[in-house]
Amino acid sequence: MIAAPEFQAPSRGGFADHDLMEVAMGPHHPSTHGVFRMNVVLDGETVVKLTPVFGYLHRNHEKIAEKNSYLASIPYTDRLDYICSMTNNWAYVLSVEKLVGLGVPERAEYIRVLVGELTRLFNHACLAGFLLQDMGALGTPLMYAFREREKILDLFEALSGSRMMCNYMRFGGCRCDLPDGWLEEAGKVVAGFDSFLDEFEALLSENEILRARSQGVGVLPRELAVNAGVTGPGLRASGVNYDIRKVDQYGIYNRFKFRVPLGARGDVFDRYMVRILEMRESLAILRQAVRDIPAGAILDPKAKLRNLRPKPGEAYGRIEAPKGELGFYLISDGGPAPWRYRIRPPSFVNLTVLEDMCLGHTIADVVIILGSVDIVLGEVDR
Amino acid sequence: MPTLEQIIARVAAAFPGARLEVVPNGSPSNQPSLLLEPGRAVEIAKFLRDDPELRFDYASNVTGVDWPERTVKERVKVRRVIEGVEKETEELAERKIPGCLEAVYHLYSMALGHGPLVIRLRTGNRADRVVLPSLTPVWRSCEFQEREIFDLFGIQFEGHPDLRRILMWDNFADHPMRKDYVAADAQEATP
Amino acid sequence: MNQELRDQLSRQGVLLTSVEELYNWGRKNSLWPLQFGLACCAIEMIAASMARFDMARFGAEVFRPSPRQADLLIVSGTVTKKMAPQVVRLYNQMPEPKYVIAMGACAICGGPFRDGYNVLRGIDLYLPVDVYIPGCPPRPEALLDGLIALQKKIAAQHLTGPERPRHLNADAPGEYPVPQFGDHDLVGPRLPAAQETSDAHS
Repeated sequence: MIAAPEFQAPSRGGFADHDLMEVAMGPHHPSTHGVFRMNVVLDGETVVKLTPVFGYLHRNHEKIAEKNSYLASIPYTDRLDYICSMTNNWAYVLSVEKLVGLGVPERAEYIRVLVGELTRLFNHACLAGFLLQDMGALGTPLMYAFREREKILDLFEALSGSRMMCNYMRFGGCRCDLPDGWLEEAGKVVAGFDSFLDEFEALLSENEILRARSQGVGVLPRELAVNAGVTGPGLRASGVNYDIRKVDQYGIYNRFKFRVPLGARGDVFDRYMVRILEMRESLAILRQAVRDIPAGAILDPKAKLRNLRPKPGEAYGRIEAPKGELGFYLISDGGPAPWRYRIRPPSFVNLTVLEDMCLGHTIADVVIILGSVDIVLGEVDR
Repeated sequence: MPTLEQIIARVAAAFPGARLEVVPNGSPSNQPSLLLEPGRAVEIAKFLRDDPELRFDYASNVTGVDWPERTVKERVKVRRVIEGVEKETEELAERKIPGCLEAVYHLYSMALGHGPLVIRLRTGNRADRVVLPSLTPVWRSCEFQEREIFDLFGIQFEGHPDLRRILMWDNFADHPMRKDYVAADAQEATP
Repeated sequence: MNQELRDQLSRQGVLLTSVEELYNWGRKNSLWPLQFGLACCAIEMIAASMARFDMARFGAEVFRPSPRQADLLIVSGTVTKKMAPQVVRLYNQMPEPKYVIAMGACAICGGPFRDGYNVLRGIDLYLPVDVYIPGCPPRPEALLDGLIALQKKIAAQHLTGPERPRHLNADAPGEYPVPQFGDHDLVGPRLPAAQETSDAHS
């Protein structure tokens, strides 16, 4: 067994000024969006160094999956990004379908798009709510966002039996078909969401406190964003046109007309606005999906769920989850459990540039910058 | 996207003598991978990132894999003396495939929109020769993921700017994702 | 005290009660939870405090960020071994009277992640739990049900005698030992009763 090298405290990088103060923000902190810790070195109120500390929610999903069957890991994927369980399921079943070479019936693809985009809607709405709570609007935008989230959670509960941990997708399709009247309800929710977004924007996007606190704060340059593997709305806010729904065209996304909003400066305000605009594009996709969904089977009849033993080989499948690129890398050795089950988490990789975005800003800005990165610890620590 | 053969041809032209091996993939996913030798991995990675036709500017996923030593039984042809006559027969022989740790990188190109290219680096063994070059200086996205592989598998990445544990606490002594790791409080799984 | 007589009198505008009832009534209807969410159950806890389920009706909407001002610790989510010392430290910093609700399967017994090498098999190995709410995650209504159960427990507490709450009992421990990080596992004393139950189920 190799011994780990001697633990070395993060270097201060030659700061001769001994009036620096090191503050540990978290793991218990009202604004760290979970059990996340940042060791922040401050010169007065300005950040001179920031070291994130992970692992407070490391629940060993990858190790547990090496003993579980492929089917038994689906409920665990719900608990990764625990706000968006449907898209987590989708990334995993997509990877297994690549590993096994399985197709998906058309109706199931439409249902996946429906629930995936509904998930994106409430994820971005909640993010806007949490970000504004971090800025000091204690609770009201969050209440409005959760109100809309509850409407969508009712839809998910009617469909899959559970509000949050839906465990809904299967290899080759979905677990059960839409109940009667579900599409009409979904259509109503989508119709009402536009006016919620108008209200939200009217109250917030022109708000001078929001603008003063977020414009010019936490700028992420393009080249750094690409090199650091930032994906999702954070990448597009820095001006890089990379949306996996358009690049890989997984599922049936090539049938939908939607735009990809891009930011100009890559600051917190751009990351917030890109998400608001993405919500509008998701509504466009949802309207098309509700209109065009065909009748038919929802599970490939050749799909094997229990006792799935894929041939030895490997596959990497990824989707555009609301937080970025969520990928699963599976290595099969022919047995009932994967040899290696790896989750490529968007929030974890997006945090690579947290220090870069925070240097030079005040500690109050650190809270907002972290909020705009949109992390969920279930995914960061797995 | 250029095929794997085309990519190998370009890399071989730029780095004559470099060992490039294709690791086939038995699944229908059509994602074969390229095994690189650790000594030249960093310069090849920079080439993959900067070459105008390849432009793999985005390292999406870095995975650690543990391959313990395994014994395969195979039928081999041997010459044996049977009843005074030397004949060629088949015998069941055991062959030990040495274990190693592996780092797998999935590369995509944001500039040109293609991918994935899968590259692999393997250590010498699982005990004392576990050093691999870090590709963090080439792609910053590898920074935390290589730290995680160091923490959970024990691969030491040379050239990493800040190699220390990331998910487990700092004085934790084991590498839990290895196949032979048994947790200190392991129990029979309750049904 | 005859309940019928009390109802008759209260209809006339005369309220008869005991010091114990009044004291406990005040305590149970103003529980201030610590703003402490670990994992998925925290989202249902947040949903329980939002407009639809509204924990404010029960007096518990004032989530305090600081443990010094809180009297209820809702452990919502998986307690990992890396996080366990912090949870116990936070509990130690809360002033008496303080209560713990273990919300969700992970806080009760490790939940679906029980086999993990970094997962603590329930927070009751280190802290005394008053109410266990099963579920993965429990619905917000289940959390409210657990809160009501806690309120009933507080209402039934006698202020004298051996079962009195800890803040009136100088001998009862209010602080629990904090586990330390060992080389392979957490080290430190565990609560005895929980240890027996968890070994019995292994």
